[in-house]
Amino acid sequence: MPPVDGFWGKLSWAAIPIDSPLPIVASIVVAVVIIGVLAWVAFRGHFPYLWREWITSVDHKRVGVMYVVLALVMLLRGFSDAAMMRAQQAMAMNAPGYLPPEHYDQIFSSHGTIMIFFVAMPFVIGLMNFVVPLQIGARDVAFPTLNSVSFWLTATGALLVNISLFLGEFARTGWIPYPPLSELAYSPGVGVDYYLWSLQISGVGTLLTGVNFVTTLLKGRAPGMDLMRMPMFCWTSLASSLLIIAAFPVLTATLAMLLLDRYLGFHFFTNEAGGNVMMFMNLIWAWGHPEVYILILPAFGIFSEVIATFSSKSLFGYRSMVAATLGICVLAFSVWLHHFFTMGAGANVNAVFGILSTVIAVPTGVKVFNWLFTIYGGRVRYNVPILWSIGFMVTFVIGGMTGVLLALPPVDFLMHNSLFLIAHFHNVIIGGVVFGLFAGYTYWFPKAFGFRLHEGLGKAAFWFWTVGFYLAFMPLYVLGFLGMTRRMQQYAVPAWQPWLIAAAAGAGLIAIGTGFLVAQLYYSIRHRDTLRDLTGDPWDGRTLEWSTSSPPPSYNFAVLPEVTALDAFWVSKQDLIGGSAARPVPAYAAIEIPRNSATGIICAFFASLMGFALIWHIWWLATLGVVGAVVTFVVFAWRDHADDGITADDLARRDGMDRAVRARASAPGLTS
Amino acid sequence: MIATVGRVVSTSESKRIAAGYGFWIFLLSDIIMFACFFAGYAVLVHATNGGPDAPQLFDLDRVAVETACLLGSSFTCGLAFVASGKRRAALFYMAMAATLVLGASFLALEGAEFSSMVARNAGPTHSAFLSAFFALVGCHGIHVSIGLLWLMTMMAQVYAKGFRDDILRRILCFNLFWHALDIIWVALFTVVYLIGVTP
Repeated sequence: MPPVDGFWGKLSWAAIPIDSPLPIVASIVVAVVIIGVLAWVAFRGHFPYLWREWITSVDHKRVGVMYVVLALVMLLRGFSDAAMMRAQQAMAMNAPGYLPPEHYDQIFSSHGTIMIFFVAMPFVIGLMNFVVPLQIGARDVAFPTLNSVSFWLTATGALLVNISLFLGEFARTGWIPYPPLSELAYSPGVGVDYYLWSLQISGVGTLLTGVNFVTTLLKGRAPGMDLMRMPMFCWTSLASSLLIIAAFPVLTATLAMLLLDRYLGFHFFTNEAGGNVMMFMNLIWAWGHPEVYILILPAFGIFSEVIATFSSKSLFGYRSMVAATLGICVLAFSVWLHHFFTMGAGANVNAVFGILSTVIAVPTGVKVFNWLFTIYGGRVRYNVPILWSIGFMVTFVIGGMTGVLLALPPVDFLMHNSLFLIAHFHNVIIGGVVFGLFAGYTYWFPKAFGFRLHEGLGKAAFWFWTVGFYLAFMPLYVLGFLGMTRRMQQYAVPAWQPWLIAAAAGAGLIAIGTGFLVAQLYYSIRHRDTLRDLTGDPWDGRTLEWSTSSPPPSYNFAVLPEVTALDAFWVSKQDLIGGSAARPVPAYAAIEIPRNSATGIICAFFASLMGFALIWHIWWLATLGVVGAVVTFVVFAWRDHADDGITADDLARRDGMDRAVRARASAPGLTS
Repeated sequence: MIATVGRVVSTSESKRIAAGYGFWIFLLSDIIMFACFFAGYAVLVHATNGGPDAPQLFDLDRVAVETACLLGSSFTCGLAFVASGKRRAALFYMAMAATLVLGASFLALEGAEFSSMVARNAGPTHSAFLSAFFALVGCHGIHVSIGLLWLMTMMAQVYAKGFRDDILRRILCFNLFWHALDIIWVALFTVVYLIGVTP
């Protein structure tokens, strides 16, 4: 280990991995792209616009879009890790392949960390941000500035993970850093510290998001929006936020204990002085299992919205769907031990957790049948969002069944830590969460930007992703049966290689699918005028977000809607058909909308300094970071004007224009 | 005042409700984090690594004074809240100052306990039991320190801005925070100190 300098801490020129070309080339490419984008933005003079309209915006819609952009960018990073692993395993039969073990270990660790924390989480939270206030008829979340802080702290975590590519190393411990391997004695480098600090910082952001959304959903609904009139996505977002509040503090505490071990010589999880490794397993999975449901429940909500809309029917079994969601929310906390059946809990304990783990399939099954019955007898329009939904139902049921298999302790003793497990959780996370997020992305894109994504390219992306998924992961089930364990940099079993080559080909198809997603976005932006939707309701939607213009005004609703039923917007559309000629002009009153604030980005700047300094033991800089963040908050607390007012006349004028445009676009004969 | 439709009375009132409600939820999550440290302590309490155990280390007299300081500070903190509601600045400053003094005394006593333990070669690096003890009690201590910084900020804010709506909301949240630290201390006093010295 290099000596620790008083000023630079552990940081030295040796931190740049000159000897390994891959990370160097990758970071140069990333640097060139970032500099290129910044240069283009500066050259075109877009900085003031970006700063005013996006970076300092506390509008939940803008924050939501930024979350999704972050997730999509990090998806490319996480996917390139996956592609590298597939390529390595396809060629590493009795051969070293092209990735040395210490590099390969970093890749599987960063792949898992990035995909869960910086792709799935920001994507889910981004869609929640964009959709929930619109669906409950609110003007924003309960704490808009806090929301911006949450986003920027998440971005800080992502930044730190990416810095590890160029400076130092990332963890080699897997995405869950089991001690004692992750203790200082066995992981003396900065890799685990990058992992820990990026997750601690982004974890604060996630926790604050949970607090924000529970408050928004329980205290900020429009008049008449009773709990049992909330759209399903709001229910699942509520359940997910409750899980965040109950689970993320556990992650924070667990990682804090590991940090104390590594930085101050504590003995929570060490081999010496009475440390208890099993406590780490129990604590981390007491967060880790609910985390799975934090991700999947909002995806279930998206499918519920999409399936109801594109079947032109109300959701079948709404009440049972709510009950199933809350049932999963509670059960999520009672199954954590199935992640380590083989670690000596004993037959009786394993039996209890095995049974509870299979029980959680019951509410999930309820949901699948409800979706099927929603489609049944519906007039289904096969647009891209419902393709993802149907692909999900088939794929997710397979993943669920292999999950029930793994929940049986005797089976788990055979299959644990094999590629069967890898296939299972990718089966539910890709087939469930990722498909759901793509469905939601396609579904709500026109609401966010006022034009649709190109349909054909979206269908191509769907088919390449789906076929690619099966080709990439079904062989892993077989490999699990053939006894291949996870995380192998090389192997000597010839029978494995054909399956690994097939899996690599599957990853190739997914890469093409991802290419189609990028192409779809590019094409749709270039041809936005032909894809334009002026009605605000391109899919014949059922919920309140479709009652606004696309994109919605900053205040969402000029006058808060009065909700009288489930599927509020659908019901109001039926009323219009039923008789009364036109929507009456509402009585406008002045409103206030929260002011922009740079608190989030400044706070994240100091948090980045702090995290980086702590990773490299640069204590003066860490102190500066903490003090800077505190001062930022105090300065924020000192401001005198939190809101901007919009007068009733101004509101009437702006809303009148909106309504005129939508009325013209929706007039018979003009709709597409 | 901005009039809105339906059951929401006014922006100011709904903001107060949301702030208090949201902060309660945050506190619940904080209590869950403490629960993990409590669980860690319960798991590791007998892992003394051949070193001193709880009965040898804890001085109940000092802890009794600490408890009195903290519980007393909750009373004065509540008084400050009532004073802020009635917009009585002098009473507010006095009650907050008393809270500050009591909280600082608590921290000083805790600091003395920690340093005496470290001096007796019973620091957090000595055993898993001591790691868990220092982490749990220290985490509460850090919360109290943050509370004191917040307290001083609130006094300065009232001085600079008066009893404005947003400042009253923050005083409400600060109160909730301070009382929650009391609740945690009651659990800590019982689980760590009382049970610790019980033979």
